Amino acid sequence: MADKRKENFAIECVGITKRFGSVLANDHIDLQVRNGEVLALLGENGSGKTTLMNMLSGIYHPDEGSIFVNGEEAVINSPTDASELGIGMIHQHFKLVDVFSAMENIVLGTKEKYEKPAVLEEKINAICDKFGLEIDARKKVYNMSVSEKQTVEILKVLYRGANVLILDEPTAVLTPQETEKLFRILRNMKAQGNAVIIITHKLNEVLEISDRVTILRKGQSIDTVETKDCDANQLTELMVGRPVSLEIERPIMDEVGTILSCKNVTIKKADGTIGVRNLNFDMKTGEILGVAGVAGSGQKELCEGIAGLLKAECGEIHYEGKNIVGKTPEEIINLGISMSFVPEDRLGMGLVASMGMVENMLLKTYKKGKGPFLVRKPARSLAEKLVKKLGIVTSSVDTPVRFMSGGNVQKVLLGREIESNPKVLITAYPVRGLDINSSYTIYDLLNEQKKKDVAVLYVGEDLDVLLELCDRILVLCHGEITGIVDAEETTKEEIGLMMTGESVKKEA
Amino acid sequence: MSMLIKFIAVSIASGTPILFGTLGEIITEKVGHLNLGVEGMMAIGACAGFMVGMSTDSFLLALLAAFAAGAFAALIYAVLTVTFMANQNVTGLTLTIFGVGFANFCGYYAIGKSESGTLKLPENITAQMRNINIEGLSDIPVIGPLLFSYNPFVYIGIVTALLLWFYLRRTKTGLNTRAIGENPAAADAAGIKVTKWKYINICLGGGICGIGGAYTIMIINKGVWISDCVGGLGWIAVALVIFAGWSPVKAIFGSFIFGALRQLKYYVPAAITIPGAFYDMLPYLITTIVLIATSIRTSREKSQPEACGTNYFREER
Repeated sequence: MADKRKENFAIECVGITKRFGSVLANDHIDLQVRNGEVLALLGENGSGKTTLMNMLSGIYHPDEGSIFVNGEEAVINSPTDASELGIGMIHQHFKLVDVFSAMENIVLGTKEKYEKPAVLEEKINAICDKFGLEIDARKKVYNMSVSEKQTVEILKVLYRGANVLILDEPTAVLTPQETEKLFRILRNMKAQGNAVIIITHKLNEVLEISDRVTILRKGQSIDTVETKDCDANQLTELMVGRPVSLEIERPIMDEVGTILSCKNVTIKKADGTIGVRNLNFDMKTGEILGVAGVAGSGQKELCEGIAGLLKAECGEIHYEGKNIVGKTPEEIINLGISMSFVPEDRLGMGLVASMGMVENMLLKTYKKGKGPFLVRKPARSLAEKLVKKLGIVTSSVDTPVRFMSGGNVQKVLLGREIESNPKVLITAYPVRGLDINSSYTIYDLLNEQKKKDVAVLYVGEDLDVLLELCDRILVLCHGEITGIVDAEETTKEEIGLMMTGESVKKEA
Repeated sequence: MSMLIKFIAVSIASGTPILFGTLGEIITEKVGHLNLGVEGMMAIGACAGFMVGMSTDSFLLALLAAFAAGAFAALIYAVLTVTFMANQNVTGLTLTIFGVGFANFCGYYAIGKSESGTLKLPENITAQMRNINIEGLSDIPVIGPLLFSYNPFVYIGIVTALLLWFYLRRTKTGLNTRAIGENPAAADAAGIKVTKWKYINICLGGGICGIGGAYTIMIINKGVWISDCVGGLGWIAVALVIFAGWSPVKAIFGSFIFGALRQLKYYVPAAITIPGAFYDMLPYLITTIVLIATSIRTSREKSQPEACGTNYFREER
């Protein structure tokens, strides 16, 4: 150990332990990153990646263990301490002030005097040139795309003179082209002798960008390997702890017929701005229709429009030949259209966090009971059936769902929708935040529905999954459809281009 | 003509206590805290200013006491909401009830002790609060009465508004302050001491409200103590924050409009016979209309700081 430290790692963590109450988030983690290298931190959700990085950036304080920066032991008590040590973190959820311009965000909290905007702009442009970044320093953050916001975050860190850059799931919200651009910037930084730590669970990206990979599992550092010596399967095995097949099956159905078709549908958001404009597409039975797009491109409005939560301003939605625009959500549910939407905070829609599984089942079925009293028995047996069928882990069906882990909550949500035997199933982000195993359970569930001739709409983030799981993919950009393509014949790059607004003529 | 100039002049003076309340609330909301205790902080400021003025006979000490008392009342609010994460609305409302009640209680107590049964500021201090009269300047027609004829509070109020504008818009500290109100997590990650600046701004805001309270007792009631001297001005101030779009400079104009509404009943021609109660109602009616009208406004810069009303807890994810 002592010999190693002489090498002067940019950052070295020794025996870092962090507890939240009784939960052991980090259990004696060791980690080293050198100057001029990209280290990937790989692990499933809840394996302690973000917690560890938050300790490096001064948000949390470790209970045990020590951190060495350039060979010297450092105590990091606040984000200011971290930035003085040259450590900068780009959080998964951007920490930007929306009504400020890029440069106001960049200088925020720095110690220097108030500078004239022109001087500041020059300084920022100089940093941009050095690392190959592009930004309009006077643009307001609320007018920015996700990728621009990320650039501001990176600049914020560089402006403070950071030479260790930590990125928490930076590519989750980017198109493939934007990801490429980010990786070019990271390679630039690496070439100039900076250390980069990138947290991700996308294996192909780990293989592409990193020099070494440290794998975390359940709060422990399992192994550190040279990237060039391993492949995706090995990494998965290290991450999950046993071999996992990475194939997603795509059963081919013989007979498909149109069940739902949108014609020139325009839906406004709750605040009155246009959510989606002029949508024209069909949903077919026995098919999974994927929806791709940068976050906030109208996915939510599309789902809520079909489910009747938002009313279409104009256009018609035909379901089995009849227009359902103007029907209430309840009527639409009774027609056999079911929606499960997993929002960013995962619990916000569909389930009541403080209720148990039984009561959450009742939310959808209480109207079927006669008289003013609730009939719990069918709901209870349904809940128990779901627990068995989907392998939901919970202490009892009456335990409030907020005590369940994210994966189990999502199984409950999707399971309940499926049990109502829908003909059209709308799912948005059903695998959001799930580990590999749970994700594959969900994919299997969706395929099962497809085999039962249900028309499935799958709104997803991960393009690789969309390409493997779906039959056709509809791409949204700023609320408009930029293309509907056959998943077998398209490429990730093509979809990426469409996500940024390049309309592709080919229709499937 | 002279009637109109007089009306404008009294409107400006009449809007000044509202201006203080609005400025105090703006700077509080800029750090993300909605303090509904403006009315209470003004009452406490009024009480402290009056009592200190009466016993020391010094206008300056009275002002300082009003500021300190308002700031102290705000400190109670800050401890509860910033440190103990209490609900901001409930805490603010409680502060209003407490502040008004406490001021009235002190007043009753002091009146009980006095021989005459009334409380009045000494002549020396009331002389200092009168409208200024600068030889030569105040006598210029039109400009004189409009610019150089007010009580000292009016000038203090306008200077405070301009200073606050400069602080919020032109200094680094102001930038940091605004960031706290918009996105405290971002400010925290940028190394800004969120809790410290919340305390400073909330207390500063409370102090400014306290001076507004002193106005109500010293000018509106001419230095004679009465209960409930603030009389709802604090609530108009809270609404005016929205009307002013969280801008201290716009607050100057907004408060003068409301000052005009409050004075209107004395300046309408006698021929128009609308019951006086209608004019008393007018500021509140307009407040309601303003709140509805401004809720339609969509500009991001002129809307409430995004994190206003929610307490910030760092480890919450």
